Amino acid sequence: MSRASLFVPLGIFISILALGYVGFSLDARDQLPSALLNKPFPEFSATSLLQPEVKITKADLLGRPVLVNVWATWCPTCKSEHEQLMRIAAETNVLMVGIDYKDIPQRALQWLEQYGDPYDYVLDDRDGSLGIELGVYGAPETFLLNAAGEVVYKRVGDINSRIWVNELLPRFQALKIEVRGQSAGSADG
Amino acid sequence: MIPELGHFSLVLAGSLSLFAAVIGLSNTRNSMLQRSVVSMTVGQFALALLSFSALVWSFATDDFSVAYVANNSNSLMPWYYKVSATWGGHEGSFLLWILIMSGWMLALTLRGHQYPTSFFTKVLGIMALLNLGFICFSLFTSNPFIRLIPMTPIDGADLNPLLQDFGLIVHPPLLYMGYVGLAVPFAFAVAGLLEEQVDSAWARWSRTWTNMAWAFLTAGITLGSWWAYYELGWGGWWFWDPVENASFMPWLAATALVHSLSVTEKRGTFKSWTLLLAITGFSFSLLGAFIVRSGVLTSVHSFAVDPERGMYILIFLALVVGGSLTLYALRAGQNSTQVAYNFLSREFFMLINNLILIVALAVVLWGTMAPIGYEAITGGRISIGTPFFNKFFVPLGLVLAIALAILPLLNWKRTRVEALRPAVFSLLVATVFTVFIWFVLDPTSVVVAAAVGLGTWVVLSHGVDLFKRLRKGTTLPMAYIGMTLAHLGFSVCIIGIAITATQSEESDVRMAPQDSVMLAQQQVTFLGVVEVQGPNYSAQQGVFLVEPESSGSYELRAEKRRYFAGNNVMTEAGIQAGVLADTYISLGEPLTNGAWAVRLHYKPLVRWVWLGALLMAFGGFVAIFDRRYTSLRVRDAKSTKTAAEALTQT
Repeated sequence: MSRASLFVPLGIFISILALGYVGFSLDARDQLPSALLNKPFPEFSATSLLQPEVKITKADLLGRPVLVNVWATWCPTCKSEHEQLMRIAAETNVLMVGIDYKDIPQRALQWLEQYGDPYDYVLDDRDGSLGIELGVYGAPETFLLNAAGEVVYKRVGDINSRIWVNELLPRFQALKIEVRGQSAGSADG
Repeated sequence: MIPELGHFSLVLAGSLSLFAAVIGLSNTRNSMLQRSVVSMTVGQFALALLSFSALVWSFATDDFSVAYVANNSNSLMPWYYKVSATWGGHEGSFLLWILIMSGWMLALTLRGHQYPTSFFTKVLGIMALLNLGFICFSLFTSNPFIRLIPMTPIDGADLNPLLQDFGLIVHPPLLYMGYVGLAVPFAFAVAGLLEEQVDSAWARWSRTWTNMAWAFLTAGITLGSWWAYYELGWGGWWFWDPVENASFMPWLAATALVHSLSVTEKRGTFKSWTLLLAITGFSFSLLGAFIVRSGVLTSVHSFAVDPERGMYILIFLALVVGGSLTLYALRAGQNSTQVAYNFLSREFFMLINNLILIVALAVVLWGTMAPIGYEAITGGRISIGTPFFNKFFVPLGLVLAIALAILPLLNWKRTRVEALRPAVFSLLVATVFTVFIWFVLDPTSVVVAAAVGLGTWVVLSHGVDLFKRLRKGTTLPMAYIGMTLAHLGFSVCIIGIAITATQSEESDVRMAPQDSVMLAQQQVTFLGVVEVQGPNYSAQQGVFLVEPESSGSYELRAEKRRYFAGNNVMTEAGIQAGVLADTYISLGEPLTNGAWAVRLHYKPLVRWVWLGALLMAFGGFVAIFDRRYTSLRVRDAKSTKTAAEALTQT
């Protein structure tokens, strides 16, 4: 066996590693590739959780930037991001829409009463059909829409202070959403 | 308090492994320092055990102030699932990984007197360095002891219901024993390269550990496959899912290593190749961890997806594998021995075996990684499915079986053609048997005939060899018994795979109560659905009466469970297991008028797949007890060198 051939395994390994790195950086975008990105948010019509007689459609979301958050009471991560959502609601003028995904309405109402309600609208998606339209992997997921109703950002996973500072805040500023107060930006680092 | 104790123990274990790694790899000849590495290894195990016990304790006492417990447990779960939930999530399973790594190191110290001290110190040093990497990974990216204070939840989120099962209690520990166990031959290979001692004696030291790790890996994969079969409700037992592939790749490399090591031990050749396989095996364990934990490939198994973790593992992988392969490239060429052998020799057939296994490994690697490459280049997504893998694995498995059938008759170096007569004889018998099966069962595919024929041939030719040896009156070495068992297991496995893949019957039907359908000469009647309550779920249980034509009838119950905490719905198939066939019923969705969508399977010989694999694992364990390995008493490097040279010259 020649000396040079002993380097072959190392070469193969380095190419696999490079592939792994590239593949990894593809998926490490913090967002699973969404078919919706830079596309209009789908048309929908859903019942409001708080006022079941009211129907909310996409038209209600147009005209200003919207943060759409998919959540459920059965999802522990949703609970951990709730506080951050409360801060965003308190300190910005973005329209916040919650989609209560595959959930039991009574529990959801109880949750909002107990932990506070950051949303301007809460849509009742107990059968998950709206979730399918949006290509939801699992709760929580968050979409940021511009005033024209196009998805400009999607996050799979929780909105924590790091995501807020690094991902959302710059996009909020780009969309000219008013951000008051400092605590939302600097909350626990 | 208890979680903090666990956390602190883990930090201490990490510090000990740092010291052990530094001293172990420092080339010191100071015997006190060398002994200190052994003590630190023992201490590290004790601390890892303490740390793990602290986490188990937190689960057992429902301490939901610990974030990991809150996310993976629930006060309603039965106690055994609370305990097994310790390794149900990412953080805890990694702590188990560390505990097992420390356990292997502890086991090594029990055998330490059998190896030259400087070599053994290196082995421990390498293992400690690896373990340090694992502990840092746990502490910095996946700490299971982080608290949720002051926002302590009242109850936990529950363990993923898929994992609330006996299979999960035993599957990860066994699999990890295998994954992590491959670190031992890896450390032996690197230490052998560093100490420039790779010879027959080295191979003999390594074989025990390799066999053990391989047997655990085999058993772990088998259990995983069995779990998927009855828990996922799809009736399949292998899905070529990236995570399954991640465990299959190290297994293929380790299987090749087991065989190549035997050549290196007996003939002193194939050295570079053996070293490379030892490095490859463990590298694939790490790659598997990367695939599963980084979320680079989406899969049903990837519960925790976190880019930070993926990056850490990728860097770790680059250092460990890159480093060892560089060392290999620089050192492996030295002292290579040329040993001549004939075409009809054990060496040559081992080469065929290794070649097939490596091609198989390349196929799985390609099938697993190609989707990533495709996405990187084109931005699109593809998925590589079962047909791709089957196209390669069917012929590879069959060729492997041919090599296996001839192998027992071959000598090392060269074999006279006349010695192959028993092989021809047993081939004839196997052919007759296959034709008989063909007529009785009427299998439609040629592959089935080939698998049955070759499987029988392997059994017969091993039987003939066994008979010859027994007649000579020699006592059979354990290694020989183990090998024979493992090879028989392989035949059982391929026969099972071929039959169950082609002869199974499956139907998806709509059934109202009192409806009957025929499934493989059995009348299946749907009696109706009853409500049952489990400890942390409620279920709708479909009751079925199965009446075979021949023997007595029995009842099967398939459940659709709704778990309270996560509101997840799970199916639990009703299975009548049999050596010859399984009858498998799973409940689908409720339809109108009390009718249900029902999936019925009849799967002949499906048990053989796992029985065969378990037989392989059992063979691996048996081989460990061979006297050649248990009675090693070698004190210094010099005597082993001469012994090894003496061996290679014969």
